[in-house]
Amino acid sequence: MFISMNWIKDFVDLEGLDTLKLIHQFSLSTAEVENEIFFKGSDISGIVVAEIMSVENHPESKKLHLLKVDAGDNKLTDVVCGAPNVRVGMKTAFAKVGAQIGDITIAPRPLAGFESFGMCCSEAELGISDDNSGIMDLDLSLANGTDIKEVFAIDDIVFEVDNKSLTNRPDLWSHYGIAREFSAISGRPLKALEVEDLTQYDALPKVDIKIEDTLCQRYSCLQFENIKRSVSPVNMKIRLFYCGLRSINFLADMTNYLMLEVGQPMHAFDSRKVGKIRVKRLEGTQPFTTLDGVERNIDENTLMICNDNTPVAIAGIMGGLDSEIVDDTTTLTLESATFDAASIRKSTVRLSHRTDSSMRYEKSLDPELTTLAIARFVKLLKEYDESVTVVSSLTDEYAFHYDKVTLNFNKAYVDKYTGIEISNDTIIDTLTKLGFSATVSGDDFTVDVPSWRATKDVTMKADIIEEITRIYGYDNFDINTAKSPLFPVNMEQEKCDEERIKDMLVKRYNMHEVHSYVWNYYDELKALGIENKGVIKLLNASNPNIETIRESLIPTQLCQVKSNVGYAPDFSIFEVGRAVTGIDENNLCIENKFLATTMYSKTKDVQTLYFELKDIIETIVDELKHKSVTFEKAEPSSNFAHPINFNTVMCDGKALGFIGIAHPTVGKKIDKRAAVVFAQLDMSVIASIKNASITYDEPSKFPTMDIDLSFVTDTFLPIKKAIENANCPLIKKYEVVDIYEDENSKSISVRLTFSHPQKTLTREEVLEIAGGIIDELKESGIVLKG
Amino acid sequence: MREQIEQLKLQLENELSSVSDLSELDAIRVKFLGKKGLVTDLLKGMKDLSNDERKEVGALVNELKQYAGDKITQKTEELKEAEIRKEIESMPTFDVSIPTNLTRGSYHPITLVQRECENIFKSMGFTVEDYSEVVTDYECFESVNIPKNHPARDMQDTYYLENGQLLKSQTSAAQNAILKKYGDALKNEGKPIKAIFPGRCFRNEATDACHENTFFQMEGMMVDKDISISNLIYFMKTMLSEVFKKDIKVRLRPGFFPFVEPGFELDISCLICGGEGCPSCKHSGWLELCPCGMIHPEVLREGGIDPEEYTGFAFGLGLTRLAMMRYGVKDIRDLNSGSLKALSQFTDDE
Repeated sequence: MFISMNWIKDFVDLEGLDTLKLIHQFSLSTAEVENEIFFKGSDISGIVVAEIMSVENHPESKKLHLLKVDAGDNKLTDVVCGAPNVRVGMKTAFAKVGAQIGDITIAPRPLAGFESFGMCCSEAELGISDDNSGIMDLDLSLANGTDIKEVFAIDDIVFEVDNKSLTNRPDLWSHYGIAREFSAISGRPLKALEVEDLTQYDALPKVDIKIEDTLCQRYSCLQFENIKRSVSPVNMKIRLFYCGLRSINFLADMTNYLMLEVGQPMHAFDSRKVGKIRVKRLEGTQPFTTLDGVERNIDENTLMICNDNTPVAIAGIMGGLDSEIVDDTTTLTLESATFDAASIRKSTVRLSHRTDSSMRYEKSLDPELTTLAIARFVKLLKEYDESVTVVSSLTDEYAFHYDKVTLNFNKAYVDKYTGIEISNDTIIDTLTKLGFSATVSGDDFTVDVPSWRATKDVTMKADIIEEITRIYGYDNFDINTAKSPLFPVNMEQEKCDEERIKDMLVKRYNMHEVHSYVWNYYDELKALGIENKGVIKLLNASNPNIETIRESLIPTQLCQVKSNVGYAPDFSIFEVGRAVTGIDENNLCIENKFLATTMYSKTKDVQTLYFELKDIIETIVDELKHKSVTFEKAEPSSNFAHPINFNTVMCDGKALGFIGIAHPTVGKKIDKRAAVVFAQLDMSVIASIKNASITYDEPSKFPTMDIDLSFVTDTFLPIKKAIENANCPLIKKYEVVDIYEDENSKSISVRLTFSHPQKTLTREEVLEIAGGIIDELKESGIVLKG
Repeated sequence: MREQIEQLKLQLENELSSVSDLSELDAIRVKFLGKKGLVTDLLKGMKDLSNDERKEVGALVNELKQYAGDKITQKTEELKEAEIRKEIESMPTFDVSIPTNLTRGSYHPITLVQRECENIFKSMGFTVEDYSEVVTDYECFESVNIPKNHPARDMQDTYYLENGQLLKSQTSAAQNAILKKYGDALKNEGKPIKAIFPGRCFRNEATDACHENTFFQMEGMMVDKDISISNLIYFMKTMLSEVFKKDIKVRLRPGFFPFVEPGFELDISCLICGGEGCPSCKHSGWLELCPCGMIHPEVLREGGIDPEEYTGFAFGLGLTRLAMMRYGVKDIRDLNSGSLKALSQFTDDE
């Protein structure tokens, strides 16, 4: 919204104060001001009132005229002019030689064979309206040579307030409301609005109005006749134009002017079309043509202004074409009303039609404004058009009153909230300037909230704190740390685990952390032949490729691997991210935080790569929890995984997640010549695994003894079990030292390391223990090799 | 005999002068000083001498023995030294200008920035809270004072799921749960609630270089008996000075956010020009950085905390924006691209 400082100064005397500083202060105390400040008229100089003394047609041009003008400098000046409305005796705005209009300096110049010593100007050329229909037609009483800036308020400082920062302030959608802020900021008093006393029309007949819907809070009306004026005064046009509105005609401009001045949207109907005003919603859906000529579908939720049962306007949004003021209109009905904010907002969304009017209604306007706005309207109307007569009494249906808001608080509350000392006098003074009625007794304050702040904005005492502090100025605050007691802070286990895992993967395994989206991109998955699995759909994704929230991170990660093929012959990526794996009994998503990692290699075979990843998982769990994991063969539930070598990772009897290989179909699409393996672990399950504390084993002073045993077996698992079943404290560790495989059989060599705390073990003692393991394995058919 | 001794001495010197390696030298040692060596032979010839002569010659032979031993030791040292020298000289000069093929992993830039912020707040006694990405309407809106039909909901284009839940559009969705989580400790033990909650947020909008539908924020709050606006400014200034590693000027302006009252827009002095005005701050000297404010009484009440007794502040920081500022990332989409060309550059904390 654009704000004209000239307009503000109508209501607050800011004489002698630095306007730019005030605007800056406004941005710190009230609402966000856009960076660019407009110095209107600063690029206009040397434009004077001049009288056209003679007009001759150009001998060769139909459009051009040769004028002699009197610019008040005791001579006649030759001007070539193309405006259609030139006539002898007319007074217009004239840019003399040397005058400045924007970037142009007026100089004598030949035009179609004749020298022109200046230029007659239209309003558009002077940048004061968009009217370019002809040169300005000025009041004949103006003396020739008078600087145009003495006649019209062309010089102005205009700034733009960010509308978003006014969402909660219905009162600031007007110059008068903004002026109140400038009054509080500058300490200068706010002038009362000059208004017409409407009680003088009380004897006149009333307008027939009935509010038949709770969505209308107040509906006020007044009727006029005999409006002679059709074009708005130039100063009014300038203000509208500077504030971003086009001048349409006097009446339309008046309603717009009032809206910008006091914040009340108004609408003028042809009285012939609104004999019985009824405010209500219509049944069913029907077409309705608004005054912009667009036919819109109105449904049963849209509040309408009707003439009995015929709709004449969409309440708070736009009038209808049929009830518009036309040339033969004699009597006008001026509407000034308040409607339910939420209803207007929904209607604008439904109709996709937002207007300056609806924007204000959406903010919860003060219903007290309606009659004030009419009184101000009449005051200005009569000022600009003396012929106007009021033909009705003020008709005012006030169906819904907001509660009066009175707030009580004490000084201690303000002290606590601000953390600084603000005196009682300052508090009262600030609130009073902002229009609150504030009193203090001792340290207890009672504050009546003015109607324009009470519709939703100021409803509790914390709101008062904002009023006091923003005007006090946050730059003036002492900055203090809190006096709260200190307590040790513990980090959540899952968070600690996550950070350590990231460090390990990056620093030890040279993996790259990536981020991805929480949903499945259908087209990307399809390109890899991965089914778009997800347990829940997104309702309103703007991208048609997004359908479901991902169930696992691996499909996304496979897509990312594919997009990185060519980055390096070997690389690994990981992400700690979320997925939705189910819906619980309360119909809520079951969300899991997963560690997902995918390894890609062109240089290693798939088994080597698989074992690298397996090592990584085992190392992570060992480092974080001092525990070992086991791998259990499982069936992949999605088609991205190879059905062989898909294993569940187990620890402490809990499933941490899985490790697997890309399905050949998917793998081939990623890279025919590379191996791709992946794993996904559930972070909360990892966190739930208790950390086994370190148990210190006094190192033996006696030498350890190793023995190697080779068994004929397909898998190490029974050997592992037999060693563990032996449960012998003298066995300190075991490791696989060789795997030999030929066409006939496979054998695995295991090295057992023994140590006794008090003596050197003999070979016989060690072999006896090993014998137990060998015997146990023999029972399950596994024999020593050779 | 004497002549023999002199001759032997000369012979030794002669042979030593031409020796070139340790094995030759050892042969010489054996030849002269070995059990059957030339010097021993000399001693054998002494048995024919008179006692006096034997004494004199014995002394000379011993002298020779000593001399020969010393000479050989000296020659050994020389040869060893020469060998080391030879080894040194034979060492080629390596071409250290050949670049190392660094294999390093990388962190996501958000992780780096997030850790830095977390560390700052941890050092000031804040807990770090994690929160889900799928939340209820209550968590995201109702509980933080954004009832249905509230204009603030217009500002957010939220992703809704078919079960009525939504992808959180703001980290504030965690506020209610955190207030409830720590409310008892606040009321019973006097432990202030000091928490930050970084997280991923979602807005249903088209993406371009400056807009993402998925981004990270970090929200923080502190609740205790006497938390004031003055405290809020202190914490924001301190935190941001740590984040940007220089003394930052902060400025508050009124800002409207339903979950705070009063609410502020916080600006910091421009990092490029320090407040003088430059193109990057559009000549204002300030950068709008984060929304903050005093927690709205309704939000506290909904979290089970009496706003008459307790007050608090909350703030939001755009981690994604911070990461972009820190590293000069121009296209926000690079962050979620998974492109290792972009992401592999973030090898470590600074």
